Amino acid sequence: MTDEDVEMTEENVNTKRRLLTIATTGFGLAGAAGLAVPFAGSLLPSERAKAAGAPIEVDISKLEPGQQVTVEWRGKPVWIIQRTPEALELLQGMADRLIDPDSNSNQQPEYAQNPTRSIRQDILVLVGICTHLGCSPQYHPEIGSVTFDEDWRGGFLCVCHGSKFDLAGRVYAGVPAPNNLEVPPHRYLDDNRILIGLDQEAS
Amino acid sequence: MKALMQWIDERFPLSSVVREHITEYYAPKNFNFWYFFGSLATLVLVLQIVTGILLAMNYKPDADLAFASVEYIMRDVWGGWFVRYMHSTGASMFFVVIYLHMFRALMYGSYRSPRELIWIIGMVIYLAMMVSAFLGYLLPWGQMSYWGAQVIVNLFETLPIIGGPLSEWIRGDYVISDITLNRFYALHYLVPFILAGLVFLHLVALHKTGSNNPDGIEIKKGPKGNRWSDSAPKDGIPFHPYYTVKDLLGAVVFMAIFLAIVFFMPEMFGFFIEKPNFEPANPLKTPEHIAPVWYFTPYYAILRAIPSFAGTQVWGVLAMFISIALFFVLPWLDRSPVRSVRYKGPTTRLALGLFVITFLVLGWLGIQPPTTSLTIMSQFFTLLYMLFFLLFPCFSSAGQPLPLFAKGLLAISIFSVLATIVYWWFLWSGGPTFTQKISYTALTVLVLYLLGIKPLIKPELTKTVPERLTK
Amino acid sequence: MKYRSLLLIVVFLMPVSLQAASGYDVKLDHYEYSDKDKNSLQSGARLFVNYCLSCHSAHFMRYNRMARDLGIPEQVVRDNMIFDDRKVADPMTTTFSTEDGEEWFGIAPPDLSLIGKLRDPDWLYTFLRSFYKDDSTVSGWNNSVFPNVAMPHAMWTKQGIQKPIYTTSVNDAGYETKKITGFELVRDGTMTQEEFDHAMEDLTNFLYYMAEPNRQDRIQWGVWTMFFLLVFAVVAWFLKKEFWRDVH
Repeated sequence: MTDEDVEMTEENVNTKRRLLTIATTGFGLAGAAGLAVPFAGSLLPSERAKAAGAPIEVDISKLEPGQQVTVEWRGKPVWIIQRTPEALELLQGMADRLIDPDSNSNQQPEYAQNPTRSIRQDILVLVGICTHLGCSPQYHPEIGSVTFDEDWRGGFLCVCHGSKFDLAGRVYAGVPAPNNLEVPPHRYLDDNRILIGLDQEAS
Repeated sequence: MKALMQWIDERFPLSSVVREHITEYYAPKNFNFWYFFGSLATLVLVLQIVTGILLAMNYKPDADLAFASVEYIMRDVWGGWFVRYMHSTGASMFFVVIYLHMFRALMYGSYRSPRELIWIIGMVIYLAMMVSAFLGYLLPWGQMSYWGAQVIVNLFETLPIIGGPLSEWIRGDYVISDITLNRFYALHYLVPFILAGLVFLHLVALHKTGSNNPDGIEIKKGPKGNRWSDSAPKDGIPFHPYYTVKDLLGAVVFMAIFLAIVFFMPEMFGFFIEKPNFEPANPLKTPEHIAPVWYFTPYYAILRAIPSFAGTQVWGVLAMFISIALFFVLPWLDRSPVRSVRYKGPTTRLALGLFVITFLVLGWLGIQPPTTSLTIMSQFFTLLYMLFFLLFPCFSSAGQPLPLFAKGLLAISIFSVLATIVYWWFLWSGGPTFTQKISYTALTVLVLYLLGIKPLIKPELTKTVPERLTK
Repeated sequence: MKYRSLLLIVVFLMPVSLQAASGYDVKLDHYEYSDKDKNSLQSGARLFVNYCLSCHSAHFMRYNRMARDLGIPEQVVRDNMIFDDRKVADPMTTTFSTEDGEEWFGIAPPDLSLIGKLRDPDWLYTFLRSFYKDDSTVSGWNNSVFPNVAMPHAMWTKQGIQKPIYTTSVNDAGYETKKITGFELVRDGTMTQEEFDHAMEDLTNFLYYMAEPNRQDRIQWGVWTMFFLLVFAVVAWFLKKEFWRDVH
């Protein structure tokens, strides 16, 4: 027989088979993964869903101090609240009751990582979805003793599981919610108009 | 790992099933090109089910929304065009693969005893595929979808007495409508799972009898003992790893062809996705030219070939159903002492060749507009299609005396040929030209003689079948 | 015997090949259409938005998709291509209602998203250039590719006004038939004929693109996939060969 046949000891054959089997399995898995990408990808938000998530413009000229308006962006409630000067003052003495008073977790754009978590001090823009399990908390601007808190300084209460947030959307310690409420990307078109869904241009 | 296997085996016969059906299932060692298509058909079925479920997540079975939802999938859903083209191409490729698979069975006599049930289950699979394809074709709600469904459902209307109520029952309306679309969608989702069940039965039956092979020799009846087992057939090799690696190669090459169509010509020049289907269904306007999708066209040609007489057009519908039904009885029509075409006489080979040509030509005729010269051609090839089955007992008899049923079929054949010729010459007013009449008459008589009469006068002997498989 | 069956097969196929030649006879002009030339697509898009979109919609095409594929900045689309308060992610619908269309033209102008699939590019290119003045129709216009089309010539100021040149021929049965075989310009438009043809190439390219915006992606994916499967097939082939050495 030929030289080639002589070299074909059992061991050589086995190594070759194992290598080829591994290579083919690798290709097979890569192919299956390649096929799975568009298959799984087709479940991602579509262009229509994204179009529904296009930035929306909100006119705040008629917003009174202490008042809340709710608009829909990407199917979620977005709150715009004008805080009163007293409320702003109360925000400062909250640190010891909060988990993340300095907004270190990534729940807001960079331009809102400040004590009031906002671009304009008085105007608060928040996504009204509790960071616990996705309920929408209620706005409680009242100050003093309320049914759920003896020393309430104004903020939000999630009735689903009792999470509490202050008027900058910062979460109280000792409640189920782990994070501050999210501040959506937004920018001011002028004094009276906010565009929600688009980041402020870097100045 | 071993402990886990043992745990399972005590509760479910996993190892023994794997042994019996994969690692120690001995298949003949001489499978050729034609034996790829069974596993490929399974692959396509799986792909169709997966892509179908993904499409269903974005498709809306509503006459007002269906067309737009398909375009939504094509444009707005990420990768949606790929999923949709996979599904539309998959429908056609399923039929390509199945037709080749059926041709293999015809060639090597895989339908013959003891494999009649495998064949019959296979034919039921084929029918279920046709139903599924027909239902699915309505869903894009384009012009071709709509009018294709309209025409096909109206076929049932030609049946005597029950026709009208039956077609209304199918549509749930007096025309194809939103109601029809909704139920077709529900059924289109159901049929593939029935298909999967039938495929399972097909395989169970196959593993009971064992696979046939290009020589048509039963390896189980041959000598025993191979390098893997002393009791296994000498000419058998374990399905795994030998046929798994071979089928894998086949699957890769097939996927390359499949995906080349998906990526480079998903419409396949209007054969896989027809032009009028880019226009939403309009019940008030029929497209200039309607034809079914290519895989139905042979039967559509047969349907159109039969003229209406005695005041009804039911005959064409009947002929169409008979042409499919004939496949079911094929195992009992083949009387040859040998199985594979390799050892059958030249007339059988000629008949098989003619049948393939007939099927292809009828397929072509089904997409052409009906003119006189094409109609006579359709009639000729329809006759040829029927004669292939009706005369099968004659040209496969190899000198054995004809049983009564075969004589009956021969008589029917002669009668059909004569009736057709009489129709061409005397009953078809404004019909074909003299040249057409004379040439088709001559061809018809020639076929009848070659396949039906000559094998009886001068019997052809089959070749000797070897004891062991050939390469 | 073998040859005889072959001969027989040829005889059977003859009527098929004899039949194959027949067809339909409006001569279409051809040009090399493509959806790759961004400049051409951009100018096609401009024409489409300015001339077609006032009556026809393109329901399945979003402005931002077009902007992305054609390399037009979204701001430019917002400023120059959207004339009302629609957003850039919205589909290219028209403010023109179906009822208006039926009243004005007798038929609602069809949606054009898929026209580039429904019709061949050559057909569209020829159609767009084959309007002529015809006082016998309601709109005052007619088209040699689409006789009695309800649509008036939207771009006549650019092309000018054409008059058809007829050729009369006598067919086998002895009937005279009149056929339009060309056009003569009776009033100049703002474009020369060459410029207009070129503009219609751009518009047709755009319609062709719009019918399947994913076409170029699709081909791109295809090339990579083919490359992958080719290598895979080679490896699988070696694996098969290796194992099948056992089988004698």
